[in-house]
Amino acid sequence: MSALLLQALRKTYKNGFEALKGIDLEVAPGDFFALLGPNGAGKSTAIGIISSLVNKTSGRVEVFGHDLDRDPEAVKSCIGLVPQEFNFNQWEPVGEIVVNQAGYYGIPRALAWSRAQESLARLELWDRRKDQAISLSGGMKRRLMIARALVHQPKLLILDEPTAGVDIEIRRSMWAFLSEINRRGTTIILTTHYLEEAESLCRNIAIINQGQIASNSSMKQLLNQLHNEAFVLNVKQDLSGLEELAEYRWQQLDDHTLEVEVTREQSINGLFQALAERGFEVASMRNKQNRLEQLFIGMVDASRRAERK
Amino acid sequence: MMRTTRYRVAFQAILIKEILRFSRIWIQTLLPPAITTMLYFIIFGNLIGQRIGEMDGVRYIDFIVPGLILMAVITNSYSNVVSSFFSSKYQRHVEELLISPVPSWVILGGYVAGGVARGVLVGVVVTCVSLLFTDLSIRSYGWTLTVFVLTSILFALGGFINAVYARNFDDISIVPTFVLTPLTYLGGVFYSISMLPDIWQLISLANPVLYMVNAFRYGLLGVTDIPIGVALAIILLFIGVLTTFSLYLLNHGVGIKS
Repeated sequence: MSALLLQALRKTYKNGFEALKGIDLEVAPGDFFALLGPNGAGKSTAIGIISSLVNKTSGRVEVFGHDLDRDPEAVKSCIGLVPQEFNFNQWEPVGEIVVNQAGYYGIPRALAWSRAQESLARLELWDRRKDQAISLSGGMKRRLMIARALVHQPKLLILDEPTAGVDIEIRRSMWAFLSEINRRGTTIILTTHYLEEAESLCRNIAIINQGQIASNSSMKQLLNQLHNEAFVLNVKQDLSGLEELAEYRWQQLDDHTLEVEVTREQSINGLFQALAERGFEVASMRNKQNRLEQLFIGMVDASRRAERK
Repeated sequence: MMRTTRYRVAFQAILIKEILRFSRIWIQTLLPPAITTMLYFIIFGNLIGQRIGEMDGVRYIDFIVPGLILMAVITNSYSNVVSSFFSSKYQRHVEELLISPVPSWVILGGYVAGGVARGVLVGVVVTCVSLLFTDLSIRSYGWTLTVFVLTSILFALGGFINAVYARNFDDISIVPTFVLTPLTYLGGVFYSISMLPDIWQLISLANPVLYMVNAFRYGLLGVTDIPIGVALAIILLFIGVLTTFSLYLLNHGVGIKS
């Protein structure tokens, strides 16, 4: 049984825009799954259909064996959703927002308050439970939506850009929190524009573009498709004397910085050795671009070129 | 968990949320009807009413009490649901309900119950105000309460439909201003339709508020312009039609799903 199964899922909006062109997707129970794509690719439409916010045109949605058409209540009971936009009553107290949501899932008020305390405390919001939601910062509002989505202990948590606009410190604490609930058995589907986030958290990945699945594999397999990586190196010596660098493609950025492309057949050790032979000592090194970002841009560009043909 | 228990808890959650919502803003929701009604009693009841004398065999100030109470119930039941549901669409927190395993009839029931709660509470406040000006005696508690609650349900449903179709804040004030207020004022709150020329009496019969005001007046004072059986049947018919239509809108996601 899959945590999520989409078969030939299509959505055409009333204005004729075809947001999903028959996508197939399967997510295994316990997975931490990334659903990536550029803006307007169809990610939010797919999430909207899975969570019953958007009516599908055709196709099938199954969540933990429950068919969305035949048993929508069972499907909804399995899902917790953290949407991209803030969608709570800004004038309601924080605690009430979480407790009301629990009530909609049939959780009695006393139990709902104890669950709310648990999730709000874990997300450092319990002290703000009596404050109106409008008084929270952007990061706190995102955490509130996570607490609300978890209050009924869903088997499948869908996060649509959960860390958008959140500072790096809070983002990293949210990653730790999400990893922890995934380890405890909750299946997670994540959409994000921070590709570093997807690469560090997710085990499997689908890339959606122009309403179609452009790629669907494990993160490891996908990253293996990368033919070359660009590195930026800072060297201690002045680079003005460097004229060639074995078989590596390179360019000098300033007196002490150079950018080098390393293909899959080459190695970083070889690069260090080539530099050392020429009298250069590497002080520091970083990827020019996130590996997943590099692949993602390549795939999206290829897909656009194919569409134009 | 039993499905019925889940539905009951969900219904309670919506109702409690609604009651807390209008209670938090009581200065906007509960106080104004008390002040408006007091002004009606002072101006129409005391000052003008003394010159009018009796209407349908009762003092004018006593004659307008049922209509004023019902007018407050109608306005508040309607505006509670229309503003709350439209606001939930506008701020997108209606999505909290749409993603939850709550059937449409429980959502509708919760919002309507919230509207009835405000309508009844305001009705009680206005009744208390009226006791300052009249010696109110209730002819039939059962009948009074039945009409009171059914009218509140009917207009809460009306508010819900208005909210579903509303696209901006103007849309939620158009119906109360241009439809609800004229119907209420022309529904026999301040006069007996027997005072009107025949043609206007006939036209008045197309106004559903007339049946509610008269049915309620019968419960309180024992006087009515309309046979009360007909009044009850009309109210129930409207409730049936509006409930069916509201559920159709919710089930098809009209105005709330793309």
